Amino acid sequence: MASPLHQFEIQPIVPIELGGIDISITNSALWMAIAAVTATAVMVLPVRRGALIPGRWQALSESFYEIIANMVRDNVGTAGRRYFPFVFTLFMFVLFGNVLGLIPYTFTYTSHIAVTFSLAAFIFLAVTAIGIAKHGFRFLGLFFPHGAPAWTAVILIPIELISYLSRPVSLSVRLFANMTVGHVILKVLGGFVVSLGAFYAIPGLLPMAGLVAVTALEVMVAVIQAYIFTILTCIYLNDALHLH
Amino acid sequence: MVPALFGAVPVDPEELGMGEHDKPPSLEDLETRLRAARDRRRPAGSGNGAGKGGGSDIGAGIRVAVDLVAGVAVGVALGLILDNWLGTKPWMLIVFFILGSAAGFLNLYRTAQQFERERRDKEEHGS
Repeated sequence: MASPLHQFEIQPIVPIELGGIDISITNSALWMAIAAVTATAVMVLPVRRGALIPGRWQALSESFYEIIANMVRDNVGTAGRRYFPFVFTLFMFVLFGNVLGLIPYTFTYTSHIAVTFSLAAFIFLAVTAIGIAKHGFRFLGLFFPHGAPAWTAVILIPIELISYLSRPVSLSVRLFANMTVGHVILKVLGGFVVSLGAFYAIPGLLPMAGLVAVTALEVMVAVIQAYIFTILTCIYLNDALHLH
Repeated sequence: MVPALFGAVPVDPEELGMGEHDKPPSLEDLETRLRAARDRRRPAGSGNGAGKGGGSDIGAGIRVAVDLVAGVAVGVALGLILDNWLGTKPWMLIVFFILGSAAGFLNLYRTAQQFERERRDKEEHGS
């Protein structure tokens, strides 16, 4: 049985080395590029004609737009309008990474903590910078609840600070863990089908049924995780803009 | 949760003039009625953070678990770094482990609050 972790291996496709740094085009980079191109195509091509009564593809791209536009409006308010392009790009990048990864023989770049943590760290730094730029010194008020006695600051500020610093960790680990676990389960069940089905046809059908169910579940998880990743970005942005 | 995802404006087909086939309404007319329907749905103002996070129960479970562990992990990491830097092994680790656990529970509490808000939101709007 093939190792269930083999699918996560990074393989260089075009080895490039620049100044002693390995910047090879890997399977991960390739699939990021494919996701970017596919997402752009899904969004741009159907609305080229801009029919009043949308066809299937146009309805798809319009509903992507509406989901994220509603999300930004509900969670950040009108002040979030400026950040809509970033939030939308983020959603499409994560969504296409998750969904394309479910197709056999593809590579799921969102199953790598390096990728998800890079995204989360960028969001964290950007949101902090936006908060400081907008509120200046008052941004630090985020770390001390309003109206608490002053002496509790000794305990509360470190706790709030750790809680704030744990945001990028939980944001990235959640996406990475969900994707990795899902793909390992799929691979293990697939291995059962092959090893049982090769000898006895009927027992092989049992894990096969499980595999079908888990595949359906994974499609749902892929979409929901992209949604959660994006909505949490919106919530963090709202905290920075409005300082609860 | 799926209908909530596709946040299209709920419009009565009659209202769009689709009920009457003989006389199609003008586009301007349609536009004003669409705008009126949208305005009715969307009260102006800033967001209150009461979005729809949701997901399955498994998703909620993983979310809560990761929130809790992330606080502890960041606390422990900070403790180890400070110990290395200040040479106070193991005191900073102990202090920050406790603070990190508290931060983990704070994260948990905030997530739970968010779930609660979503639930209340859902009840208010029916279904």
